[in-house]
Amino acid sequence: MNFFGLVKKNIRRTPYQALAATMIMFLTFFSLSAFLILAYGSQKLLEFYESKPQAIAFFKDGTSDADVKAIQNALYQTGKISKFHYVSKDEALGIYRDRNKNNPLLLELVTANILPASLEISTKSPDDLKDIAGIVKKEPVVEEVVFPEDVVASLSQATKLIRTLGGSVVGFLVAFSTLIIVMLIGFKIRIKRDEIETMKLLGASNWFIRIPYLLEGIFYATIGAALGWLVTFLLLWYFEPVLKNNLGDAALSLWPITPLFILGLLLIQLLTAIFIGSFGSLVAVRRYLKI
Amino acid sequence: MISFQQVSKKFGPNITALEEINLEVGDGEFVFLVGPSGAGKSTLLRLLSRESLPTSGKILVDGIDITTLKNNKVPDYRKKVGFVFQDFKLLEDRTVWENVALSLQVRGNTDLEINKEVERTLKLFEIWDRRSLFPRQLSGGEAQRTAIARAIIGKPSILLADEPTGDLDPQTSWSVLQLLAEINSWGTTVIMATHNKEIVDTHRKRVVTLKNGKILKDHKEGKYEIH
Repeated sequence: MNFFGLVKKNIRRTPYQALAATMIMFLTFFSLSAFLILAYGSQKLLEFYESKPQAIAFFKDGTSDADVKAIQNALYQTGKISKFHYVSKDEALGIYRDRNKNNPLLLELVTANILPASLEISTKSPDDLKDIAGIVKKEPVVEEVVFPEDVVASLSQATKLIRTLGGSVVGFLVAFSTLIIVMLIGFKIRIKRDEIETMKLLGASNWFIRIPYLLEGIFYATIGAALGWLVTFLLLWYFEPVLKNNLGDAALSLWPITPLFILGLLLIQLLTAIFIGSFGSLVAVRRYLKI
Repeated sequence: MISFQQVSKKFGPNITALEEINLEVGDGEFVFLVGPSGAGKSTLLRLLSRESLPTSGKILVDGIDITTLKNNKVPDYRKKVGFVFQDFKLLEDRTVWENVALSLQVRGNTDLEINKEVERTLKLFEIWDRRSLFPRQLSGGEAQRTAIARAIIGKPSILLADEPTGDLDPQTSWSVLQLLAEINSWGTTVIMATHNKEIVDTHRKRVVTLKNGKILKDHKEGKYEIH
């Protein structure tokens, strides 16, 4: 028995119901993939900033190498330092020029003298960053100390929010979609009650009758999942330049998006779709198809 | 062999559809069930098709009590029984070919077997040229031929017909009866509930007359006499 042919026929004969079901599924899976990408992206960004527990001390003009060495030695003795990177005035200018290579006006105005030398201090743990920054600030040759504590804190909060909010919204949509499948398949079973009775009299087994309805539910969910996945990645691809531009170095932690991630997300979507489709249909056939 | 033993069917405390029915139908017999409306003919057929269960008594088919069959065994039992109804009960969204093929599909036949057998049966029933039509596009006679083809294509040992000529004109009714008689001649047991006096009287087959849920008469070459 060609059950797939039967499902195809059922769908073709009720195109509006099929379209409505697929659109609902699309909405669910579009949200699911969007939230998964957001959660993944924010986690990666968080890891990026956390992997760079870095404070940057900017030195006053005239700071000698010996002053810098003395500060480094003092900090090493705390046992909290993983590495240092000294950026001289010339190196700072090189970095500045590289970042603003497309803006000649900004390049003209800046010379090495304007930019301060700095020391990038990486700690073993992000928790130590505040203490280290406090020590460095006390040094008379240090003009200013910046560290990404606020960025990490905000990002951490945002990640938690995305997970909670995303989880709730996706949870709600999954439940809603399952109910839609239950309603749709239930409705189809009800309008085909006489047909089902006849099939039973012909000796059709329970599963022979149930399978087309199960497959139909799975079909709507998987098509919705594939569409949701596709649209999400199309949008991500479209907005990639804007996002990269705004994220700066942090974008390196997100791009290039690996095929493994793309296919992995598709797999998650399809498995969720099969679960929603089969569970919803099964509830419907158990509820409405008393065999 | 079909055997009803002390079979009663009640709907609620006050309505008795069948009362202590004892009836035996041998293999390959042709039996007319006659009686006024509400006599219990359709109820008896529904019990035999295992659509409902008796309130008491046993129904043995080939030695198996179908009243105690587990639900998951009912489909297998029904594959031994063909059904024909007054309103044909064809699936409206399937063609003649698909309706007839369904009987073999539920039996798990291969596509090759189905194609071959459906073609043979549709030609035998002279509806091969109607194979692509939907039930609403058929005449009453063609629809009933399709229903009978669907009922017998799986080679059931029993054919139950519940007023199969009820909605047909006299000429078509005769052709349907000839078809059922032919099926009976192949060795299939046919039990047919009918109100058609002319057909019953002409065919001179076994006639079981029911009235108020009881067997009033059971004659080997009976006539349509419901009083």
